[in-house]
Amino acid sequence: MARVGVFVCHCGFNIAGTVDVEKVAETLGKDKDVVFSTTYKYMCSGPGQTLVQEAIKEHRLDKVIIAACSPGMHEATFRSAAEDVGLNPYDVEIANIREQCSWVHDDMEKGTEKAIKIARSMVRKVVGNQPLEPVKVGVTPKVLVIGGGIAGIQAALDVADAGYEVILVEKETSIGGHMAQLSETFPTLDCSQCILTPKMVAVSRNPKIKLMTYSEVIDISGYVGNFKVKIKEKPRYVDPEKCNLCTDCEDVCPVVVPNEFDMGLSIRKAIYLPFPQAVPSTYTLDMEKCLGLDPIRCGKCIEVCDVEAIDYDVHPKIIEEEVGAIIVATGYDLYPKNMLGEYGYGEDEDIINGLEFERMLSASGPTKGEVRRPSDGKVPKRVVFIQCAGSRDPDNHLPYCSKICCMYTAKHAMLYKHHVEDGEAYIFYIDIRAAGKGYEEFIHRAMEEERIVYLRGKPSKVFRKGEKLVVWGVDTLLGEKIEIEADLVVLAMAMVPGKGTGEIIDVLNCAADENEFLKEVHPKLRPVESSTPGFFLAGAAQAPKDIPDTVAQASAAASKALSVIGQEYLEHEPAVAQVDEDLCSGCEVCISVCPYGAISPVGGHAEVNAVMCEGCGSCAAACPSGAMTLKNGTQEQIFDMIRSILQEG
Amino acid sequence: MKKVFEPRIVAFLCNWCAYSGADLAGVSRLKYPPNVVPIRVMCSGRVDPQFVLEAFREGADGVFIGGCHTPSDCHYVNGNFKTYKRKIVMDRMLEQIGINPRRLRLEWVSASEGKKFAEVMDEFIAEVRKLGPVPRMKEGER
Repeated sequence: MARVGVFVCHCGFNIAGTVDVEKVAETLGKDKDVVFSTTYKYMCSGPGQTLVQEAIKEHRLDKVIIAACSPGMHEATFRSAAEDVGLNPYDVEIANIREQCSWVHDDMEKGTEKAIKIARSMVRKVVGNQPLEPVKVGVTPKVLVIGGGIAGIQAALDVADAGYEVILVEKETSIGGHMAQLSETFPTLDCSQCILTPKMVAVSRNPKIKLMTYSEVIDISGYVGNFKVKIKEKPRYVDPEKCNLCTDCEDVCPVVVPNEFDMGLSIRKAIYLPFPQAVPSTYTLDMEKCLGLDPIRCGKCIEVCDVEAIDYDVHPKIIEEEVGAIIVATGYDLYPKNMLGEYGYGEDEDIINGLEFERMLSASGPTKGEVRRPSDGKVPKRVVFIQCAGSRDPDNHLPYCSKICCMYTAKHAMLYKHHVEDGEAYIFYIDIRAAGKGYEEFIHRAMEEERIVYLRGKPSKVFRKGEKLVVWGVDTLLGEKIEIEADLVVLAMAMVPGKGTGEIIDVLNCAADENEFLKEVHPKLRPVESSTPGFFLAGAAQAPKDIPDTVAQASAAASKALSVIGQEYLEHEPAVAQVDEDLCSGCEVCISVCPYGAISPVGGHAEVNAVMCEGCGSCAAACPSGAMTLKNGTQEQIFDMIRSILQEG
Repeated sequence: MKKVFEPRIVAFLCNWCAYSGADLAGVSRLKYPPNVVPIRVMCSGRVDPQFVLEAFREGADGVFIGGCHTPSDCHYVNGNFKTYKRKIVMDRMLEQIGINPRRLRLEWVSASEGKKFAEVMDEFIAEVRKLGPVPRMKEGER
């Protein structure tokens, strides 16, 4: 027989104003399992907690119900108070008679009646509770960072600087990400390469960081503190240890393909170095584009390589690693070209996106920093920039704001004016979002000092007319139709989750939002954690963001990951699923509904991994034989609660 | 004067969204009738159809299930979708045993939608009140 104590809080008048707390205590006192009940003005106060503790001792209570505010407020308070006098914390439950009763009702009689039902249902629940101990698990003190852009680089460096080992996986041939492609960065106009490449080199030199480029995470299992990952390393066919960057192979390679790093504005060979500052600093043979393994067909590169760095007979390697935490920093892509038919994008060479323009402005870019029209190589005298190309257009494109475009468009127009002194720059905008340190001042500089023409309105159409591109729009401030003939049109294309982000969502089975960005647990209070414990988020894979925000989030993710791997062991919530092996028929329905892969078939029945289980109870609801249940939330407990709520009187 | 029928309703609220939304309704001091008694579950996906049947069997006039918004608010990745699918089956099941499926209501209420929670409660209670008491089985049929 349980010995339950019920403690009803007045919460001043917050509860006692609408609920007859004395009557609640008196009615509950008559319950078959309740041996003691009382009320107190403020149960959460020091004297209130002491009252609970004294009653536990005096009346030898083994279960406690606190009828008070929502469990979110003081469940932890009362559980630890009870634990101090020897009770298992899971033998304490809260009956929420404030937020979901006294505060939402006016009628004293009915409010009291409902409070009694709530408290009584919680008595039924607590009677069925079993004492639980947090599950303790050891931790692998190593972090996996997926994505080698600025977010991944920063996170990896931070973890390594704290003295822990890191594996940094990047699917491209070099780390650096999109930031390596940028010319100069707002609002300071310092050169992107100059601030990024030292960090890239620092990654390659840090003995704590194992850098795996041209590699992809293909499988993951385990749970927070103890993940097992499989990483596929694609063959480069060039030994980075031997390659001395002499360029001989590249010179003889007959295959010419568009250079992805330059957004297709230049060409590269099938054997190539993506960009001069690439890390690791080595050539890669693109086997998809290479003429073939057959030396009769080509094999020129292997002939000229004096250091014998090239080897065609290499195969993908699968590497298995164990880590304690994972930081996902898989970045962004731009909204696909063919989606913006109204701006003729993808059909006309002189309509380009922001990243293409970045490459054009870059001193190491395809035009060596000169602004040239892709179609004829002429210097454009009038450039129209269109913001929100694909963003903030829920009817036709994407609903969200891509956040960085207002700033980089101002930068683009400014840099264009610096390159082409007699050039004219027009910017179409919906509104200017410049919320960041020094951002508003930067926009003002663009408008006032650099004499860039800002036009409020979104162009409806861009089309070619002979030598020129015509932009049709409306200036919504003047209410006038505008037609501008331009030499070059630059679209501030929307940011979308990187291709790698979609792939990694499938591999990790982690939550994504409605726009396929990685989803955080809480947008304000837990912004760098995924709902899967042990996964942390950094950079534009989570939402569009600029470099300062990305770096800040990467450091935050690193610190969160460190708080996991820095511990000797982790404690896991023990109210998880539980199988009755005798009842289990081994149908595996539970396995198919578990979002965490926490259930596996062992010896003809289901087995729950208590560390991976998050306690949602989906499996218990789906089990056809009643074999699966949730600790302290069993079918019987919930049936008892239902009956007690519906019991007359 | 005719006595107003007061329906008895059990509400299964998921811990992360609907229960928090219900808390917010309280914090915001929004009022709704006291006919609903909540049961907190970790996820709407925990709601076994047997819970719903048991509630009706024990004389509930209505059952409410509150979960996180689809597609992606669910704290447990996709529990809300499981509930959504179960609701379709449960509706058919209820119809077969002579209970109007409108007595079972599924709503997505986020932790920030205190107002929505109170409105949904108002509306559902009114609807069940209109439907009248749940048809009871005679003693001995159970």
